[in-house]
Amino acid sequence: MEAIEVSGLRKTYRDRDAVAGIDLVVARGEIFALLGPNGAGKTTTVEILEGHRRRTAGDVRVLGEDPGKAGSAWRSRIGIVLQDADDAADLTVYEMVRHIAGFYPGPRGADEAIELVGLTAKRNSKIRTLSGGQRRRVDVALGIVGRPELLFLDEPTTGFDPEARRHFWDLIRTLAGDGTTILLTTHYLDEAEALADRLAVIADGRIVAEGTPATLGGRGAAQAKVTWREGGTVHTEQHTDPGELLRRLLDDGVDLTTLTITRPTLEDTYLSLIGATR
Amino acid sequence: MTTMSLSRGHVELLQFLRDRTAVVFTFFFPAMLLLLFGTIFGDEYTDSGISASQVFTASMVAYGILNTAFVTMGSGLAMDREDGTLKRLRGTPMPASAYLIGKALLVLVLSVAEAAVLILVGVLIFDMPLPDASHWVTFSWIFLLSVICCSLLGVAVSALVKNARNAGAILNVPVVALQFVSGVFIQPMSQLPDWLEKFASLFPVRWMAQGFRYVFLPDEAKSQEIGGSWDLGRVAMVLGVWCVIGLVLCLVTFRWSSRDR
Repeated sequence: MEAIEVSGLRKTYRDRDAVAGIDLVVARGEIFALLGPNGAGKTTTVEILEGHRRRTAGDVRVLGEDPGKAGSAWRSRIGIVLQDADDAADLTVYEMVRHIAGFYPGPRGADEAIELVGLTAKRNSKIRTLSGGQRRRVDVALGIVGRPELLFLDEPTTGFDPEARRHFWDLIRTLAGDGTTILLTTHYLDEAEALADRLAVIADGRIVAEGTPATLGGRGAAQAKVTWREGGTVHTEQHTDPGELLRRLLDDGVDLTTLTITRPTLEDTYLSLIGATR
Repeated sequence: MTTMSLSRGHVELLQFLRDRTAVVFTFFFPAMLLLLFGTIFGDEYTDSGISASQVFTASMVAYGILNTAFVTMGSGLAMDREDGTLKRLRGTPMPASAYLIGKALLVLVLSVAEAAVLILVGVLIFDMPLPDASHWVTFSWIFLLSVICCSLLGVAVSALVKNARNAGAILNVPVVALQFVSGVFIQPMSQLPDWLEKFASLFPVRWMAQGFRYVFLPDEAKSQEIGGSWDLGRVAMVLGVWCVIGLVLCLVTFRWSSRDR
């Protein structure tokens, strides 16, 4: 059974389609990233999968159940990291994590969850006093404290400093290594590239491309651009397999100190994908 | 379920007590007002020979409950909707009832403490004698019905609050207005125009205040009430009907989120 199966998902606000027919399958144990500009429908889609929002049309199965109807047993199997929560400001990190842990049948220890997000030093600080990035790490701790089978992360690393992001990526890989399925939305393409097994790009409420970070939007099959300087002129050639060209240049005794080979980055691919819908 | 509800109640209380502004300006406000009114008008005696400060003390218990039940519930829910508390809890296995029971525990503890502070001010500063045991039995049911009905109405009204920052202002309009016309600030109520008196009698505040005056004032004071009697039967009936209205409104209007779903 797949962790998430979506077909024909649609969400209409008055006359506007926020989500205009999405099909999506996320396998168990997979890290799946949803990319897309603000307002593309990422958060709406994720909130429907989380059971926070009703859908207008389409079939949705999350861990085998319809999130619009699922009860507390289903909720004990998912974890949600909220994007913009500002709650529990007067509680300490430990008090809040322990409080939320108490709702799950087989939770992690509160201190273990706090340790996993690297907040042990702030264990007894009021949440009000934390920085934006630390506050988000509390959200992550609250999302994983119930040992979810499926974890939703909606732009989880906004406001993290670079070290905290690396630490967070390690945590996500550890969770995935333990078999947790992860659905991630993010603005950071390096994050998607570093973490995701597969990803999809949403624009204007539709999925415009889907694949692995290496193959998204035909990136894997894209031609490499080879550039070098020979006798004062710059040469550029496009090749699917640059090996043959390189061999020829070596045989000709061309000076290769200025040689570069570039393929489209994930960011290039992403920008051309969302640009195409504008 | 019980554990979850108690855990919610514990967290609600912790958060309330750590918010100093709420403690000073919400919780102690009725006592401050009672001190002011009681001191300014304290020497005046009503026609029945009871000091005005004692009448204020009894009536202000109703204000205390409006404050700790109606306002706390209404603004608390609006705030929880806005800051993500409800959304967070909705994503956990916690049942909705545990959240509401947790809020109810907060309201109950605050209301008991609020009533105790007001009664203490009355006893220590305005020499109000404490009533006998049978009056405390009456106090218990009027107190409970009042807390339940005000809490339910607070939940219902919170659905009208679009922005939590305005919650206090919106909720205090009915609270303050009803107190002027329900015999809390101005007693006897018979000073009011007839139509206003009838209008005020539709709402629970008049009956709460009247009930608490029965509990804390000597029996002669009933001459100051409309119709010259305590009319406890109607107190029970009106509060009971408002509990039902409040419950129905809650079930119809309760939302987890402040956004369009």
